[in-house]
Amino acid sequence: MWAYLSSPRFLRSILPAASLAVLLAAIFYIQPRTMSYFGLKLMLQYAVPIALATIAQMHIITVNDLDLSIGPFVGLTACIGATLLVSTPLLGLLALAACIGVYAGLGALVYWRNLPSIVVTLGMSFVWMGLSVLILPTPGGKAPVWIKAIMGYEFPFIPLPIIAATTIALVVHQGLMHSSYGAVLRGAGGNPKAIGRAGWSLLKSKMLMYALGGFFGVLSGLSLIGLTSAADAHIADRYTLYSIAGVILGGGEFVGGRVSPIGAVLGALTLTLTGSFLIFMKISPDWQIGAQGGILIIVLALRALIKRKEAMS
Amino acid sequence: MSTARSRIVDLKDVTKKFGAVRALVGVNAHVDAGECLGLVGHNGAGKSTLMNVLAGTLSSDDGVITIHGQDLAAHYNVRQAHRNGIRCVFQELSLCPNLTVAENVRVLHTALKGVGWKQRARRLIRDKLEEIFPGHGISTDDVVGDLSIGKRQMVEIARAFTVTTEPLHLVILDEPTSSLDGITAKQLLKHVRKAVSKEQSCILISHLLGEVLDYSDRILVMKDGEVVAERPASEFTRDSLVAKMGTVIEEGSAKVEDPAHKVRGTTPLMVRAQDKYQETGVELLAYKGEIVGLAGLAGSGQTRTLIQIYDAAIKGKRTEKTAVEGPVALIAGDRQTDGIFPLWSISQNVCIRSLKRMVKGWMIDPAQEDAMAEKWKNKIKIKTMNMDDNILSLSGGNQQKALFARALGSDAEIVLMDDPMRGVDIGTKLEVYELIRTEADSGRTFLWNTTEMEELNNCDYVYIFSEGKIVSELARDDLTEEKVLRSSFEKGN
Amino acid sequence: MILKGPALERLFKKPWIWSYLGTLIVWLITVSFTKGQGAGDIITAALSFATFTVIVGLGQMFVITTGPGNIDLSIPANIALSGAVTMKIMDGTNDMLVVGFLVAMGCGLLVGIFNYSLIRILKIPPIIATLSSSFLVLSTAIAYGRGLKVKPPPFLADFTTEMVYGVPMLALVVIGLAFGLSVVLHRTLYGRSVLAIGQNMRAARLAGINVERIRFATYVLSGLLASLCGLALAGFSGGASLNMGEEYLLASIAVVVIGGTSVAGGRANVPGIWGASLFMFLLVTMLNTLGASGGVRLIMTGLIIIAVITAAGGEKQQH
Repeated sequence: MWAYLSSPRFLRSILPAASLAVLLAAIFYIQPRTMSYFGLKLMLQYAVPIALATIAQMHIITVNDLDLSIGPFVGLTACIGATLLVSTPLLGLLALAACIGVYAGLGALVYWRNLPSIVVTLGMSFVWMGLSVLILPTPGGKAPVWIKAIMGYEFPFIPLPIIAATTIALVVHQGLMHSSYGAVLRGAGGNPKAIGRAGWSLLKSKMLMYALGGFFGVLSGLSLIGLTSAADAHIADRYTLYSIAGVILGGGEFVGGRVSPIGAVLGALTLTLTGSFLIFMKISPDWQIGAQGGILIIVLALRALIKRKEAMS
Repeated sequence: MSTARSRIVDLKDVTKKFGAVRALVGVNAHVDAGECLGLVGHNGAGKSTLMNVLAGTLSSDDGVITIHGQDLAAHYNVRQAHRNGIRCVFQELSLCPNLTVAENVRVLHTALKGVGWKQRARRLIRDKLEEIFPGHGISTDDVVGDLSIGKRQMVEIARAFTVTTEPLHLVILDEPTSSLDGITAKQLLKHVRKAVSKEQSCILISHLLGEVLDYSDRILVMKDGEVVAERPASEFTRDSLVAKMGTVIEEGSAKVEDPAHKVRGTTPLMVRAQDKYQETGVELLAYKGEIVGLAGLAGSGQTRTLIQIYDAAIKGKRTEKTAVEGPVALIAGDRQTDGIFPLWSISQNVCIRSLKRMVKGWMIDPAQEDAMAEKWKNKIKIKTMNMDDNILSLSGGNQQKALFARALGSDAEIVLMDDPMRGVDIGTKLEVYELIRTEADSGRTFLWNTTEMEELNNCDYVYIFSEGKIVSELARDDLTEEKVLRSSFEKGN
Repeated sequence: MILKGPALERLFKKPWIWSYLGTLIVWLITVSFTKGQGAGDIITAALSFATFTVIVGLGQMFVITTGPGNIDLSIPANIALSGAVTMKIMDGTNDMLVVGFLVAMGCGLLVGIFNYSLIRILKIPPIIATLSSSFLVLSTAIAYGRGLKVKPPPFLADFTTEMVYGVPMLALVVIGLAFGLSVVLHRTLYGRSVLAIGQNMRAARLAGINVERIRFATYVLSGLLASLCGLALAGFSGGASLNMGEEYLLASIAVVVIGGTSVAGGRANVPGIWGASLFMFLLVTMLNTLGASGGVRLIMTGLIIIAVITAAGGEKQQH
């Protein structure tokens, strides 16, 4: 039993949950009042959009690419949600669907021309930002009532962010880790040649994964305006960095299709909580992103240690 | 169909070119139901290319591919192959390391979907592993990347024999036993015979001639992209196979006379090396001015030993296993991945190893660079108008010459050559042999990994590798092709 | 001067020529729209603003040239940090000018060393290493520089805004810097090693190049240049602000790509960095002049980056 518990494989899989648990325990210790319905709700409010953006990024990372435009993209969908979706719902839905379509197209472009995804998505970040500014030149707009209702819903006993995060994690876990086609999609990141040799279309898998990335990006934007009520083109600029950090904190690897949806959501929660933790520690909010960077480095260092152990055994 | 057995595959005049290299030159071959076809040949003989064509992962340039009596050449692909019951276990593994064993089974079978697919995949592979490799110790939920290389090989083989909705007629096994231990290799070969008895067929490619002789019904020998012999296995012996595979020693390439005839050990010792993983056995020694050959089948540990020597020299570290006395240069065998800088001119490619001595003040002196390029252009006869042209404007042989110039023009006293003549024309080869001999006579030491007998004839002393270890050594006077081949196929201990 | 046929042909084969042609076209459109008004001023402004992009673009170019996967995302944070720290140290007087400069370089050196240590010790991809370190660096800058708007020392302010016959002094200096780095790239052992590693890391190692030492030097170089940019930018804009580095993350990568440097590594292009930086600025100016809104400007910029990379193609497969 001990052998299993100290095996690198187990340690690796438990790391994301352990990071979150340590952070949460520290918060509860410093500020016991947070151990309540409203305490948790308040601290984890923004966990839902961040978790969704992280899941979006994870889909792109699964096929060995990286999306540097997810932040501005979430911003754009938030802007669409707070304007078109309210004034002309049908047009709003069409616009959001078109965004997902563009994502699928990007996947195809990256695959056909063998382009570095970093540069392509970098270019797209300008495009998304530009579209946001066109749609909503100044901060404002108004979130649809139904989205606000969903995001403001109060479940008994367990706060909404926890239920939402759990649902997201389980649904994506089911789809990507347990469905039969999910195995093929992850395989396309692990060994594309093998997937090609087994007769699958790599183009299709790349397009689908990009489209899923776009889909969760849309959800992230909509859930975000459900919390903020209004939108702004720059509302989610930080999300690019958050989403990458979340995937890595969640145990995902940059290449090789080794990702974990549950881990990614845990990573997103960890990032969200860092802010509260620093406030309770009475550390200036100036250090918030620094602390996030620090946590990222510590987790990566732990992972490097586990890997070394793995290499030795 | 002339025979009673039904014919699964019939290949007629299949050709395949990679750029200027003709990998397959009109191959004719067939496989009948219920037989095991052995396929042997040296590296680069075209075996793997042929199998890729048959598996649908490479398309042939020309020729007829008839499967179950249907001509499919025009639109043959992996899906077609699977639909017709043809599967292939490739030499480099085709499993996804991030997926579990069961998930990798799913990747091969389109039918494994819907509710309960994972259960079905687990059962499928568990049963097959039990059947082929009893006592395998693999769990169907293990992530493949966490398995040892041998276990991965077992999974891949077992996967190829699993059946869902698509039929299974022919399994191609490309060096299937290369990462299996003795016992599991036996289990596999036994299974091959069992499959054959059930009217399934196998193609067995192996460098272990014993395996092929014992377990195949019929053997094809390939050489230079052609089938050079085809007979029932019982009509071959190990020696007759080796003879068919072997390169005919051409006149003029017989053992090169060495007028000086150095006595080994009279000059200083330059390199001492023993394989990292080798506990005991022969130690590689190279004395100043010697050309030392590293022989054996490709991938038997020669390259690893050369890299080990190179690293030791670069880091200036002397370990128990390796000692190098002097600067080294390495000439890579795989030009594209280990040698050439494809964006650079010939001149830049030649000079990179020697730039340090061309630095004046802070900067590289272009005059010295040009001088070196010009000198070696003439000395080694690189066929180009302008050394400032891109390196890729040269033919393969001349690119290799540029790499020789890079090493020989450097300050290296020890030159490591990792099968550098692969795919080089005979004229170029003879010129380079001459040059190596001259350089050795003037005091340079050469370590030469080669699979060609002709090149070993240029060596003063030869070490033979098998399965990662040096199994024997031969002085120049004792060197014969037969001895080299015999040791190459020896089981290393 | 009329170029002869072959010379012209060779000129057109240079990958950087397109960025200058683009610059010229964009400028001509702008000028024709304003009927020649302010033709010279536009160039002066372009030179002024492009200068900063060039400084960080050069560093990013060296990093990207060392091969696939290499990238420095810590540039904006680094700019913010060195700007904040040096302004505070110099405290608006000329006395501490040299110390301030050295401190700025020290910041760059430290960030470079830190980036590379993360890559090397934690064995993580450069993108994650520089991203994580940028979090820390930015936080340091925020904590150190909050509420701080110290005016730059007069000398620095003058130097960064000085004009020589309508040409910004700083631009001349950075043209010199670019020229110097071009020499470093093509004529020194270090530069050749960078180019070799970017083309084929394995072959470079086997040709006797100390790959890790070169990568280390490259991340440090990028750090130094980002800090230099932070210093100059603070001088130019009358003091450091914490978000002044923000736009340079995307800009530094964009000018490398548009300037004809290969994203697959091994081929760098110094003149292209200048051409692309001018082009990017003038493109915005043109769209402004034509009355395009901010949104359209951003969209055009993005589409041009994607068009350029698509036209350049993926070249070689990543191993």
